[in-house]
Amino acid sequence: MTRTSMSRSSTRIAVPLALAGAAVAVYYLSQQSRTSHPPDSAPGRTAKQSWFGDYKVAGRSVTIAAPRQELFQRWTDPAQLGRFMENVRAVEEGPDGTWRWTVSGPIGTEVRLVTRIVEARKAEFIAWRSVEGSEIEAEGKVFFRDAPAGRGTVVEAIIAYQPPGGTVGHWIAKAFRADPRMQGRHELKRLKMLVETGEIATSANRREERT
Amino acid sequence: MRALTYHGTLDVRVDTVPDPEIVNPRDAIIEITSTAICGSDLHLYDGVIPGVQKGDILGHEFMGRVVDVGPGSTLQKGQRVVVPFTISCGGCFFCQLGQFSGCDNSNPVEKQDATEATYGHALTGMFGYSHLTGGYPGGQAQYARVPFSDVGPIVVPDGVDDELVLFLSDILPTGWMAAENAQIQPGDTVAVWGCGPVGLFAVQSSLIMGAEQVIAIDHHPHRLDLARSLGAEVIDYTQTHVLEALMEMTGGIGPDAVIDAVGMESHGFAPDNLLDTLKQKVLPGTDRGHVLRMALMAVRKGGRVSIPGVYGGFVDKFPMGALMQKGIQIRTGQTHVQRYTRDLLNRIMEGQIDTTFLISHRLPLEEAATGYRNFRDNQNEWTKVVLKP
Repeated sequence: MTRTSMSRSSTRIAVPLALAGAAVAVYYLSQQSRTSHPPDSAPGRTAKQSWFGDYKVAGRSVTIAAPRQELFQRWTDPAQLGRFMENVRAVEEGPDGTWRWTVSGPIGTEVRLVTRIVEARKAEFIAWRSVEGSEIEAEGKVFFRDAPAGRGTVVEAIIAYQPPGGTVGHWIAKAFRADPRMQGRHELKRLKMLVETGEIATSANRREERT
Repeated sequence: MRALTYHGTLDVRVDTVPDPEIVNPRDAIIEITSTAICGSDLHLYDGVIPGVQKGDILGHEFMGRVVDVGPGSTLQKGQRVVVPFTISCGGCFFCQLGQFSGCDNSNPVEKQDATEATYGHALTGMFGYSHLTGGYPGGQAQYARVPFSDVGPIVVPDGVDDELVLFLSDILPTGWMAAENAQIQPGDTVAVWGCGPVGLFAVQSSLIMGAEQVIAIDHHPHRLDLARSLGAEVIDYTQTHVLEALMEMTGGIGPDAVIDAVGMESHGFAPDNLLDTLKQKVLPGTDRGHVLRMALMAVRKGGRVSIPGVYGGFVDKFPMGALMQKGIQIRTGQTHVQRYTRDLLNRIMEGQIDTTFLISHRLPLEEAATGYRNFRDNQNEWTKVVLKP
């Protein structure tokens, strides 16, 4: 056998093998998507698919060593909110029970959000929604539940929103560290610090260095 | 004030920087009277810990006098205090469990993202140890701002020399917790890798906790002498096959517990270590795990591995098979300093523990860079450097 015929014969084996491999892969993947898995116990926001229609869903839980009542009260007091929500430049109670928020967006932009509490149960949950005149379509819920073994309260904040600019806008916000997912995580941690320690940690050595 | 700052790999300098002031209610400002260079500072100096920025003030072993307090501090001006290197709030779930180095609330929120992504959970704040642990200015300086000053600092009586108590800030509790993590039983043999300050204190602590035999491993003759003077037997790894020697010195059983007081920058010319050294220079976040691999091989079946040595990234060629098949337990972690300071202060005051044998050099703060260079390059003689601001 010459070298050429050898390589030709190995091609003759390799091509059908590759085709067979591809066929198996396609079959496997199609079976995967066709098999319906029953829903699991995880919160929907942890699903690998985090877009629900035009809405992006984000959420985060934190355990805070304090009773539900105290945390609920802090969450419904605009003066307290401003202390731990550092991306909120201003929040004021408007007429007819609406709240008007000015929130920092990416690249020095500002986003105005007008919300209304649609349902609340004291020390249990708050549900809110953006109203007409708001620059973002968003709705959210905050739950307050007793943590096990006297660990305090689990605060769970969930937001569903239409990122301004859709998918592209979402990635821009993420790149500039201004997406609601990261902001929400930071805000819950600041609330925890404020409640558990009475202050918000900083490594600034002087007051004017504090960001 | 004057402070030792980071300028780059193997480049630290004493610069003039603004004085700290009270920022949060529970803060105190300490005028530093003594501060030390820690072996773990050398990991920063060598550039193997990410997140250190030019101008950062280093140092996490310090003590001094209280010169200012916020309204939430329980300290009083004029008190002398030793400050733990971990910053702990005292109120979160972890602090309440006594796991102070797991405090949730001391690393500033905006600094937590990096370690939440790399370690799965955000690290606790520490003084002078990169922005991964908060970017807090350290204590190799004239003054330091101490957050949560009602929880961390331990007050020491006037008239007690600084050098008797300074090491309560880190290395003494770290050596103590290393021995505690080794879960020593009467009759046990404990092998300790590394005769640096933490290794030597682990030797001392293991003997106090009732170890029958402690075997210390290093290559610097003077450091091995210090271990011997504390009551350890010693192995010089440049002369002896360590694994074989440990088996022969323990009647073929192997040490009941082993302590890795070396960490991510192990020395020596073993093939795995040469490969790791090359890799560490090219890839950030790869640790040199030679000692850890040896420790897992050496420890007896069902034995305990305690790791006070600092690791920051990934170790490969990890002998997972030895770990599982021999049924080994591993305990590790940054030291829960606040859990041990009172007990250890009592032991120092009673004369049971002496830490001053370790100090080889005392320098003015202005000469801190000389201290770093020699502590790194002349480890045989330079066993511990205390700086005086």
